Order: sequence, then C-alpha cells, then structure tokens
Amino acid sequence: MSPRLLPREERPVAIAVKEVSKTYGRGRDAVVALDRVGFEVHKGEIVCIVGASGCGKSTLLHLIAGLEKPTAGALGVSGGGTSLMFQDPALFPWLSVAENVEFPLHSHGVAKADRKARVAELLELVHLEGFARRQPHELSGGMRQRVALARALANASHVLLMDEPFAALDAMMRDRLHEELERIVAAERLTVLFVTHNVREAVRLGDRVLLFSSRPGRLVAEFEVDLPRPRRIESREVAELAARVSDCLQDPGHAVARAPAAVAAVS
Amino acid sequence: MPSPEPPPPSPPSPEAATPPVPSLGRRLARRLAPGLGAIAVVLGVWEAVVFSGWRPEWVLPGPGAVLKRVAHELAQADTWRALQITLGRAVLGYLIAIVVGGLVGLAMTRLRWLRSAFGGLTTGLQTMPSIAWFPLAILLFQLGEPAILFVVVLGAAPSIANGLLDAVDQIPPLLVKAGRSLGARGFTLYRRVVVPAALPGFVNGLKQGWAFSWRSLMAGELIVMIGDRPSIGMRLSQSRELADAEGLLAWMVVVLAIGLAVHGLGFGIAERRMLERRGLLGAAR
Repeated sequence: MSPRLLPREERPVAIAVKEVSKTYGRGRDAVVALDRVGFEVHKGEIVCIVGASGCGKSTLLHLIAGLEKPTAGALGVSGGGTSLMFQDPALFPWLSVAENVEFPLHSHGVAKADRKARVAELLELVHLEGFARRQPHELSGGMRQRVALARALANASHVLLMDEPFAALDAMMRDRLHEELERIVAAERLTVLFVTHNVREAVRLGDRVLLFSSRPGRLVAEFEVDLPRPRRIESREVAELAARVSDCLQDPGHAVARAPAAVAAVS
Repeated sequence: MPSPEPPPPSPPSPEAATPPVPSLGRRLARRLAPGLGAIAVVLGVWEAVVFSGWRPEWVLPGPGAVLKRVAHELAQADTWRALQITLGRAVLGYLIAIVVGGLVGLAMTRLRWLRSAFGGLTTGLQTMPSIAWFPLAILLFQLGEPAILFVVVLGAAPSIANGLLDAVDQIPPLLVKAGRSLGARGFTLYRRVVVPAALPGFVNGLKQGWAFSWRSLMAGELIVMIGDRPSIGMRLSQSRELADAEGLLAWMVVVLAIGLAVHGLGFGIAERRMLERRGLLGAAR
C-alpha cells in the first residue's frame, strides 16, 4: 500500500550511527551499555530495535536525541532534530491536552495563531479533537499516549524516536495505535526508530528489524520485513518472521551476523 | 406561606464541565460539615470539663462565656488595631521568609557543594525552637520590631528552603527529559517544566513555613512587647497578668481562628485547585 517513491538505498539518510559506544562509570565499575554500534535509517523508514533488557536500547535513543553524549563514535540526524516518546506518556500534568501539544511549538517560537491551528490539526490527526481542554489524568492510557504522539509530532522534526511507547497498553489499544502510527508516518512522512522488546510488534511495524544483544549492547542481526502493509499482528507471515527473529534472539551465535536469510530472500 | 425574603439567587454554574457538579452551597456544606462537627465535639468536651468543676469558673470559663467575650472584643477598636499590627508583622515576616528561604533553597538546588555544606544546617535550623532565638534577637535589635521580624524569618525560612529542595528533588526526571527533548532548554526549561512540576512540594513548604512563622510570631509577641504597639501577644499577656481567664481564652480562640483561616482559606483552596487540576486528589482518597 505505502507509496515507495524510491528504493530505500537511494533515499537520504535520516539517522546515522557510526561505531557508537557508551560506557557508564569508570575503571572496575564501568558498564558498557553500547559497544561499537553502527547502522543507518533512511528517510521515511520505520526501523525497529529489539533486544532483551539491558541491551542499551534506551541509551541509544537518548544518544540520538542528544540527551546524552556517546563515549566513542559519531551520531548524525538530518535537519530539525528528533522527537522522543517514552513508555510513560510523560505529559505535563499541570497543562491541558491542547497545552501539552502546544508545548514544543512554544519552545520553537511559533506565533500564537499558528500554534492554535497546528494544535487543532495534530489533535485531529490522533483523533482527539474533542479533548483539547481536558487534563491528562482524565484520559485513558491509550489516549494519553496519543496526546504524547501529537506532542512529539508538534516538535517539528521528522525523526521520531520511540522507546517502547505502547508497552503499557492492552493488546487491543496497541493494535489500534499501530494502525494510527502507520497512517501518521505515511501522512507526515516521518522517519521512525522504534524500540521494543516485543518481537511481533517489531515485525508488525518495521521496514527493518535490528536485533541487539545484551551486556554489552551490540547489533547482532538485521532483518528485512518485506511484508505488504497494512499488516496484522496476528497474521501468519508476521508470526513466522517473528519466530525467526526470536530464535536468533535466544541464540545469536546461531545467526549469521548481519546477513540472515530474510535479507537474502528479499534482495 | 409568604416568604419574607426572595429565594437566594442560584450560584452561577461553572461553565459546561461535563460531569455534573453539585451546587456551590452543597459543596461548601459537604466540605465544612466534618470540620464544624469536630468543633462542636471540642466545645462539648470543654463544656463538660468546666461543668465537672475541676477548676473554678473564674480560672476556666466555659465556651459560651469565652465566645461571647470574643464577640465583645471584636466590637472594640483596640482589638482591630492589635489584629492589624500582629497580622502586619505576620505578613511582612512571612514575605521576607519566602524571599530568603526561596533564594537559599534555589541556590542549594543549583550548587551541589552549597547543599552538601549547608543542607544539614538548614534542617538543624528547622528543628531549633524559635523562642530560643529571642535572647539573641533582643541583644542584637533591642526590644523592637526588628527583633520580632528576625525571629519570624529565622523560624519560617528554613522550612521554605527545605520545601523547595524537596520539591525539586521529587520532580519526575522523565518530565524534565521530555521538556528538554521538546525544545525547552536553560531558563525556559526552568520556567515551563521545573517550576510547575515542583509547585505542589513547594506549596507544602510554604504551608509549613506559615505555621512556623505564626508560632514564632506569637512567641515573639509574648516576649518582645513594644509600648504603644498593642498586639495579640500583648493582649494574651495582659489577660494573664490581670487574671482575666475569659479574655485569655478569647484571645487564644482568635489566634487559633487566624491560623486555621490562613491554612484553610489561603492554602487549602489554592492547593485543592492545583491538585484537582493534576488529578492528584482522587488518588489520595
């Protein structure tokens, strides 16, 4: 379904991660969170990162978002910076829904009239038009996460970093948000780096799935997901590929690093 | 049956809040009823103790006589002058304490070394009974307004500084992270995320600061009496000297009423609104 104007390799790079390492602490207490990780995400792609806890997934997003500095290596994000979304919606409880979405517009000095218009547009995009004047605590978990999405989109960057954003939601709400995310990514031409520990979710959403090992966090395998959209998380194709990724997750040595069968099958 | 008065106008309904809100009168009644009940119980116990004859009535008068005396005192111009002077001191001292405590607290949130050096000292100051400052205050400032203010500020400022520190400590780091990733940096981050996130904790500190400053002020007014400046403390002291138990208790009721009024009307309403807006009130129940 999704229109692909150019093959991926010919589109510009939106996120470049080059030989990035991150170590916390020093000397004997040093913990290597990320060990020489490198990959690229092209414009308009949804790339999912899966791995067990402790694989440095969140650290990686924080590095890309500029909230932390890498110990070694280089990071690059094309124009406009990034927007970050967490598992917790992290809405500001003292602001209304509309004011939360307005927050980044305010930070970027958008004029008042334009702010109002953009907020209305974004709330419509996440189907929350009627809730502009509510407070976050009056909404359900799924609605709050949609507000967080609208707020992230208001940040005016086309690179969206998502750190297990739907992990705390029930399955039905998650499925709906997958569909909405897919639609919004296509409509707003976003690039998404999506971190999850749910392999099926990664296969359901991603154009590619990157597999990370734990302690230290390393990129151990990469899967191309060439299934047509829209996909269903329950479908046989998704389940099959997810099973392959899971096998590899449990026994990374089993996989041929960076060149699993899936890639070969596509190209 | 013709009613002599027109029915009271219904209070203006708050604009289109979707869950139906009960009328203002009913809400007030529901809020005040438990408190009024408690006051009735206390008055009952008081009356019972008086009735038991434990002390003669000229030493411990009953609530009826005392409340009548309060009403009588409130009709005197002198009383209002005393209230005015006492409340003037309270407000001035409290405002200075907010500025001093706020600045000290803010400095300590910003500078780690300052906090590790003086953090324990502020907590120590908080536990220091304010009355213990008065001898020094009188030496430094003689018997005058500055001596009272000095102690009131010293009593309240540490609570306010500590309240600010706690409040900043308790800000969810995720909110600050979210604020930064949404483009708020430096001073803007402070103004738009840190300050509002710290507000509930800071209001707690302010509340405690008010309690301390009001206590310190009462202690001060009992010790530092200035000839032509009547005050609540002075009237308390005079009542004792004249063995006027009724007057003494009447003035104690006034002290209590002022403390309660500031706490309930001032902080209570502001805090309630803030917590309600953030959805923190229902969870606590």
